[in-house]
Amino acid sequence: MQTVKMVVTGPFNSGKTEFIQTVSEIDVVSTERKITSEAEKIKESTTVAMDFGRITVDDELVLYLFGTPGQKRFDFMWEILSEGMLGFIVMVDSTRPETFKEARAILETFRAYAPTPYVVAANKQDLEDAWDLDDMRIALRLDPDVKLLPAISVDRESVKTVLLELLTSILEEL
Amino acid sequence: MALKGNLRDFTITQLLNLVNLAQKTGSLVIEGPSEVATITFREGKLAYARLNSEDGGLGAILHKSNVISAAQYGTLKTRAATMNDKELGLLLINSGYVTQDDILASLQSHFVDIIQKLFSWVEGMFHFDGDSNVPADKIPVRLDLENIIIEGSRRMREWEQLKDELPNLDLALKFTDRPGVNLKNINLSVEEWKVVSFINPKNSIAQIAKANKMSELDVRRIVYGLLQAGLVELVRVQGLDHSSLPGIDKAMPGKSKEEQKNLVNRLIGRIRSL
Repeated sequence: MQTVKMVVTGPFNSGKTEFIQTVSEIDVVSTERKITSEAEKIKESTTVAMDFGRITVDDELVLYLFGTPGQKRFDFMWEILSEGMLGFIVMVDSTRPETFKEARAILETFRAYAPTPYVVAANKQDLEDAWDLDDMRIALRLDPDVKLLPAISVDRESVKTVLLELLTSILEEL
Repeated sequence: MALKGNLRDFTITQLLNLVNLAQKTGSLVIEGPSEVATITFREGKLAYARLNSEDGGLGAILHKSNVISAAQYGTLKTRAATMNDKELGLLLINSGYVTQDDILASLQSHFVDIIQKLFSWVEGMFHFDGDSNVPADKIPVRLDLENIIIEGSRRMREWEQLKDELPNLDLALKFTDRPGVNLKNINLSVEEWKVVSFINPKNSIAQIAKANKMSELDVRRIVYGLLQAGLVELVRVQGLDHSSLPGIDKAMPGKSKEEQKNLVNRLIGRIRSL
C-alpha cells in the first residue's frame, strides 16, 4: 500500500481543521484542546499536535492530509509533519489581516523545510469582510506565479478545487 | 551561587538588569557562537568591554570613531606600538591631537556598540567573575546601564519582528520587474548599496551578509526595507537543481518519473470524484 501525504498549514483559526474535515472519508483524528489563552479565545478549542484525514484512492494508494497546529508555541511539530510531504497548502483567514504576516512567515518556514509545491488558500471568502485576492497577494507579498486561491473550507467543491490546484502544480513539476 | 548559565535561559537584558540592580563589580564573560565578549562593571556601571575578535586598543577605537585619520592611526601603530592605552591617551592629549572628552566619548560609544551586538546573541555560555577588574593598562568609563538596556530591548523587539518577516536567509533576491523603477533615482544608504550590489538569484541572503560582513539583524533590516519598497522579491537560490523539486522525490521514494505522474493523476481523479 502506497501512502502519500499533504500538509495543511496556516495561522491559528485559519480553518485548517475544517478544510480537512470537509473532504476526509474518516472522522478527522483531531488533537484539540480547550483554549486557555485569553488572547486566542476566538474559538473554543484548537489543534495542539495535528489533524489527520484520509482519502483512499484505490486498493494501492491512500492520501493523508495532515493539519498543523496553528499556535506558534506548537511550531516544533511543523518540521516533523513536513517530512516527506508531497506538497502543502497555506490557509489564510481572508477576514483577519492581522494574521497575514504570520501566514507569510509560516509559508517561508515550510518552503525551507521541504522544497515541494504549494498553494495559498484565501479562506472565508464567503464572509462580507473578506479581503480581495489582489489585495491579499500584495499584503502577503506573493509572487505572481504563486497560486492564491479563493476558498471556503466548509464547502466541499471549494476544498476540492484547492487540492486539485495543488496536485496540478505537483504534476507540472514532474 | 555562581552566576553562570546559557543565554537561552537568561538573556543579555536580564543579565544587565541583574548587574544594574545588584550593583555588581566584576567581569561578565560571554562565549557566543563565534567569539567571546568580556564586559566589566564597577558597582553596577559599565566600565569596559571587549570582543576577542576585535582590536580593542585605543588607537583603533579613536580611528573607528573618526577622531583620528587612517594615516594617524597607521603612524600610532608603528611608533606607539609598545605604549598601553593610558600612556597613549596622555600622549595624544598632551600633543593636542585629541581631548579627554574625545577619548571618553569614543570609548563609551565603542563599549556600547559591543553590548548592543550582544543583544542579537541568543545562544552562548556566560559566567560572571566577581574578582575580575578592568585591565590595568586600559581606560575605564562609568556608564549607567538603564539606557543601554532600554535600547537593547528595543533592538531585540525589532530583531524578533524582522525574524518573523524574513525567517529564511537561505533564499535569494531578484529585482522586481517593475517598468519605470530606476534604482539610480532611489536614495539608498551605503549599506543598502552594498546589499544591492550582490543581488542575484544565485546568492542567498546569508551569503550576501557574509560577503558584506553584516550581522543577520543588519541584513534582515536592509532586505526587509527593499522588499517593502517593492524593489526586490524573494526567490529560491538558482544553480540548485529545481528541475524537479527534491521534496517530491522524497515523498514518492523509489518511483520513476512516469510512476510519479501516474500516482498524481490517480490522486487527481479521486479528488475530482469526491
